[in-house]
Amino acid sequence: MIEVRNVYKTFYVPHRVEALVDVSLDVAAGEVVVVIGPSGSGKSTLLRCLNHLETANKGHILIDGIDILDPKTNINKIRAEVGMVFQSFNLFPHKTVLDNITLAQMVVRKRKKEEATSKAMALLKKVGIDDKANVFPDQLSGGQQQRVAIARALAMDPKVMLFDEPTSALDPEMIGEVLDVMKALAKEGMTMVVVTHEMGFAREVADRVIFMDAGRIVEVGPPEHFFTNPTHDRTKLFLSQIL
Amino acid sequence: MQASGIDRNRSKLNRYSWMGVYLLCLLGIMLALYLATIQIDYVWRWNILPKYFYNQTQITITAKSEGTVASISTEKDAAVIILKTTDGETEKYKVPGTDVWVAEGDTIYPGDTLGAYKEWRAGLLTQGLYLTLKVSLYSIIFGIIIGMIGGVARISTNPAAKWAAMTYVELIRGSPLLVQIFIWYFVLATLINELLKKYSIPEISAVWYGIAALACFTGAYVTEIVRAGIQSIHRGQIEAARSLGMTGFQALRHIILPQAMRRILPPLAGQFISLIKDSSLLGIIAVRELTKATREGITASLQPYEFWFTCALLYLVLTFTLSMFVQYLERRMATQ
Repeated sequence: MIEVRNVYKTFYVPHRVEALVDVSLDVAAGEVVVVIGPSGSGKSTLLRCLNHLETANKGHILIDGIDILDPKTNINKIRAEVGMVFQSFNLFPHKTVLDNITLAQMVVRKRKKEEATSKAMALLKKVGIDDKANVFPDQLSGGQQQRVAIARALAMDPKVMLFDEPTSALDPEMIGEVLDVMKALAKEGMTMVVVTHEMGFAREVADRVIFMDAGRIVEVGPPEHFFTNPTHDRTKLFLSQIL
Repeated sequence: MQASGIDRNRSKLNRYSWMGVYLLCLLGIMLALYLATIQIDYVWRWNILPKYFYNQTQITITAKSEGTVASISTEKDAAVIILKTTDGETEKYKVPGTDVWVAEGDTIYPGDTLGAYKEWRAGLLTQGLYLTLKVSLYSIIFGIIIGMIGGVARISTNPAAKWAAMTYVELIRGSPLLVQIFIWYFVLATLINELLKKYSIPEISAVWYGIAALACFTGAYVTEIVRAGIQSIHRGQIEAARSLGMTGFQALRHIILPQAMRRILPPLAGQFISLIKDSSLLGIIAVRELTKATREGITASLQPYEFWFTCALLYLVLTFTLSMFVQYLERRMATQ
């Protein structure tokens, strides 16, 4: 589903920062990959490269067999197939919850209003906040907002979902409700790439855990092996600091 | 400002006495002005002003051909005069009211007055106010259009669009409006009108060159306001929109601009208030807007004080109305 081949990404603001160095990764359909690592390790950059919010400098990124770094690729078409959930939700504050979810369906997928609305209501029910369809995002709690953001991404019927630290901006008591939605999604067989600090989630849901440091993938493995018996010293140090 | 806990408590009496000081100062200035004008023997004649707003004019109806008056009858509120011309034809004239100057059987020559009636007409100041309003309104509309396009072009990644917008903004902001109006009127207008004449198309009047000058001038400032408004929207908004598959234009239209509008409105109001006041410069290219009309009124009446105060007050009415309207829009957007 996702193929990342020798990808490099360097930022020049304000100093030269090598965010990704020779990163390669494959994500199969239906797989849940959790990316962990210290801040500044390049895990968010990797995720953002996957739907071209950042442009990788070198290498190839293939989504469903299409190279998104090729200038001839219609990136809007790819993005519609790749759902993204942000740390800061990024709901549209001038639109109601329902409009947040229907807008892109109508504008990008060209669905009729009724079709988009029924789809949105079904998704809101799925994430457990169908009673808030007509309120504005700022009237919701953080956890509710993030669940709306997930529903908004799912409304496009994506083939892959990317989660960029979806629970990092939430109050502790709201993390659970968002993780529950993500777990349910994983169980349904959605292909997911999740950047998170929630080790419990990684252990329970991930098919594979990737540990990144200084722009490189340091260690990859199934969660059982990863958390109990890591091979690299850097991984051991990181885990000892957070667990 | 609402009294807060930062300052010590002050009594009501303290507050009222300072209000009194303010009013006294205001009255004092007005009184001083009045006394000063008495010193130099200026006679205030506010009563001459109304006719510069609205006045009654006598309109005469004149015969077009030679002949005799065949009949005079009344029809509703008008008198109808039938004229039998020397060619044997009949002509019909209608005079509203009853003020008929001819009798049946009179011999009439072309240009003779048949009758007259009085009509209320807008005076000099009203006409000037109307023109100022018209010029401002058109300039605001065109200014918004130019500014929207310019603002979007300014943040575009396309070098042609971006540099064109930057050049435009720097050129316009870097030269005086007065000079720009002269360029529009004495350079561009001459050129364009000469070209139009060559292809026998009717010329464009000075008002439209004035509107063009003001719209281009305002457009440059609106461009910067729109750019700042768009850039003030959090990056996450455009990322969220684009990550859903929207094109840059769709994201701008549905997500960025609606949110930016709310932030753009207050500086936009300030810009348009400036524009209304700047329209007073158009008098120099023979556009009879409010300021020019005021000067003509002074020439006719020799009462400059009344006229200039009235002129200033009329501008205040326009700008204050606009400011109130924008505040209403802001409140409506805030409750949406």
